[in-house]
Amino acid sequence: MDKNNQATHLKKEILIKTIKAFLSDDFPENTRLIPFDMRPKGSEVPYRCCIYKEREILRNRIIATLGFQMEGADERTLLSDYAKKAEQREKPDEHTLTVLESACKGCVPNRIFVTDLCQGCVARPCLENCKFGAISIVNGKSQIDSSKCKNCTKCMQVCPYHAIVKIVVPCENACPVDAISKDEQGHARIDFDKCITCGKCVASCPFGAIHEKSQIIDILSKIKQGRKVVAMVAPSVTGQLPCNIYQLKTGFLKCGFYDVVEVAEGADITAKNEAEEFIERMNHGSKFMTTSCCAGYNNLVDKHLEEIKPYRSDTKTPLYYTAEIVRKKYPDAVSVFVSPCVAKKSEALNSPDIDYVMNFEEMGALFVANKIEVSELEETEFEVEASREGRNYGILGGVSKSVEAASQNKIEIKPHIINGISKETIKELKNYAKKGECENGNLIEVMCCEGGCVGGNDCINTIRTATKTINEFTKNSKPIA
Amino acid sequence: MNKITVKICMGTTCFVMGASSLQELVDMVPSRYGDKVEVQGVPCLEFCNARTEARAPYVTVDDRVVMNATVEKVIEEIERKLSNG
Ligand code: FES
Repeated sequence: MDKNNQATHLKKEILIKTIKAFLSDDFPENTRLIPFDMRPKGSEVPYRCCIYKEREILRNRIIATLGFQMEGADERTLLSDYAKKAEQREKPDEHTLTVLESACKGCVPNRIFVTDLCQGCVARPCLENCKFGAISIVNGKSQIDSSKCKNCTKCMQVCPYHAIVKIVVPCENACPVDAISKDEQGHARIDFDKCITCGKCVASCPFGAIHEKSQIIDILSKIKQGRKVVAMVAPSVTGQLPCNIYQLKTGFLKCGFYDVVEVAEGADITAKNEAEEFIERMNHGSKFMTTSCCAGYNNLVDKHLEEIKPYRSDTKTPLYYTAEIVRKKYPDAVSVFVSPCVAKKSEALNSPDIDYVMNFEEMGALFVANKIEVSELEETEFEVEASREGRNYGILGGVSKSVEAASQNKIEIKPHIINGISKETIKELKNYAKKGECENGNLIEVMCCEGGCVGGNDCINTIRTATKTINEFTKNSKPIA
Repeated sequence: MNKITVKICMGTTCFVMGASSLQELVDMVPSRYGDKVEVQGVPCLEFCNARTEARAPYVTVDDRVVMNATVEKVIEEIERKLSNG
């Protein structure tokens, strides 16, 4: 599904309205009114059965935007009370994703289905080719017995009329680790023990029923309380808004942030450490090493791919090093990672140096709510300028190129890129682990999202334009020392 | 015939609300319509203040405003203009 669709549009609109409510003189009351402002009396009902259901779902979306879990939530609690609680919360909630039961359509289960296009032909290739005896002819047309069907899709392939289709549940289909499935009522449920927080279900649901729990109110509350809040912007932030990163820094300062630091600075450290580690591992006879900067991949390894652990680099992520630098420099500050994806929220939850995560959509909404025209802002310099390689970390191939550059030709590096975690690429990785080698290269760059971080589930710009903008910007940055 | 001017709003609001996907038009329109249509990315068109972010991104095709603009909607509007002369 294209990223710019009506479901994401709706989520962003709610984010903007929630932030505007926070900035207003009565946050709880103005939050309560959002569903009524968005669907006033007599307005059209664009998506659901009636205006009341529309408002109820909007209300649920706002609760998630305020950072609360929808599973098991008390429906009697007023939206205004949720707003108050969000403002007072000291720590973000544990899980980062939540399913809105009210918005979940309860899609029909995954199955192979014979449509009306079936012509009831004489040849009956479907019947002939089904190894499981799942097909029978009823009233002259084919029918599938779902208790026998093994979803092999053979009948689909042989039907001359393309009359047989595969019905999929988008979220289940998108999840690479089978962490989402339907409960007895047919609604999607996330199994958090399995979930790697990749965000693929969020992006795939046509009903926008899976939400990221936002931490934006927590962050804004800290600013309001007068705390020093420092933004650490991911390398992939370049090109996410119509301005350069120096203007972006000004924008953050205008919103009340105390300082802004490039995570590309930490990426420089990761690249150097990883290069050293790589050389050492290869000299000790290892055949390959995988990168370790992607949070989605790290969750995958930790939860599902024990066998690849020995091959994963022990070097810390760019965010880790950056947060360490920020903590040293501003010991009393609140640190916020500005992120392309939801996976980094799970990394932050496990790291004492990262207090909050704000994703790119939330960043965009923050500027919109504050009426900041980013292209008109002055530029503010960074105290430390990151290198070209560090700034390229968010584009596909950027990580392996950085490690290559940092290794200064001391060893031959043959990169192989895993462009997106899927059932197939998981199999591929398992295979390398089993054999103890990878025929396609010795440095495996693993990106959970297709296209690298610029393909993250919370990115605003398209992969193509964002990649182009980053390349143009980093052309003139200094090379990694 | 007068040239048609397409202005894609690249202001913060429109960009966040989906104008990023409209950047495609910058390459696509000239290759389809040659010099009959001119496309440009422009700063905030000021619709976001008057009509809110809900209808962003905004694009103008001459004097027509396309709300919740998508590549398809803009092309449709260009086609309509071209066929009406
Ligand atoms: S940002 Fe497009 S009209 Fe203002």
